[in-house]
Amino acid sequence: MARREAPEINAGSMADIAFLLLIFFLVTTTMDVDKGISRKLPPIIEDEQEKPPPIKEKNVFVVLLNSQDGLFVEDDYMDIDDLREAAKEFIDNFGKDPLSSDNPNKAVISLQNDRGTSYEMFIAVQNELTAAYNELRDEEAMRVHGVLYSELAKDDKKEIQSKYPMKISEAEPVSLGG
Amino acid sequence: MSRFKRKGKGGTPAISTASLPDIVFMLLFFFMVTTTMREVTLLVKNTKPFATEIQKLERKSLVAYLYAGSPKNRLQGQYGSQPKLQLNDSFADVTQIAQWVETEKEAINEAERPLMTVSIKADRDTKMGLISDIKQELRKAQALKINYSVRPGEIFSDQK
Repeated sequence: MARREAPEINAGSMADIAFLLLIFFLVTTTMDVDKGISRKLPPIIEDEQEKPPPIKEKNVFVVLLNSQDGLFVEDDYMDIDDLREAAKEFIDNFGKDPLSSDNPNKAVISLQNDRGTSYEMFIAVQNELTAAYNELRDEEAMRVHGVLYSELAKDDKKEIQSKYPMKISEAEPVSLGG
Repeated sequence: MSRFKRKGKGGTPAISTASLPDIVFMLLFFFMVTTTMREVTLLVKNTKPFATEIQKLERKSLVAYLYAGSPKNRLQGQYGSQPKLQLNDSFADVTQIAQWVETEKEAINEAERPLMTVSIKADRDTKMGLISDIKQELRKAQALKINYSVRPGEIFSDQK
């Protein structure tokens, strides 16, 4: 018998198959990148005796959000646009103003919100407070190393971090009303 | 005269489509690699607020997601319009968070369990009451690393 050569398979429809798959992935794809503001929650302290030592009042920067999304900083009404500067001034005080913080290591920002505060406002305030710390770290990195904080090596980053530790306390929820 | 009658040979040759599958495959692989299939069906509205000071979540395998917001319009007849918590594929009560954290922790190998991050994907219109309750439950469940999921952009950037 004469041997016949196997006929070549037509690859013309390959593109169609590939297109079909492509369209499937195009439709199902979401490109959901996860970005956000990271925080660490304090562990629950059950033992009364283990309560952390009291902090001097002047070292606490009280930020209050009421149920109408009103922002109060140290008992005064403040616009959200001014919060960043106010927080920076408070953290970077180094005892200049006797009523403000002693140094960045002792400074604590206490963020209190009402149960009726909107999540959007809360995130906006968190963002501004984080920005205040990030800007201070950037300035310090610029002064010491001449580059931005994000471009530093890991060890240098740690050093700057210890100079400006981010201490934002999210107080336990209370009903503030108003 | 014959030269005007010549057909076929003189015109522009047809463009070869032989490399078309290659191009399509290239695109296909790109989308296959970048795609992340949504594991859960969203039952709540989820318009995240904007923020600029964002950190990217590394290591997706260590992240557990919970959603909060008012139910989607088509579900409001059944579940009401009050913001609710969604765990996995169903609505849940905040008291179920502890159980949920345990199950999520099981899925991570033992050495890396302390690194688990809970990503809170909340709708911007959610009230902080619910978020605070969630945070309290997470504290009780010893899941202390959290991340408020946001969209990159200036704060309130679509409202000003």
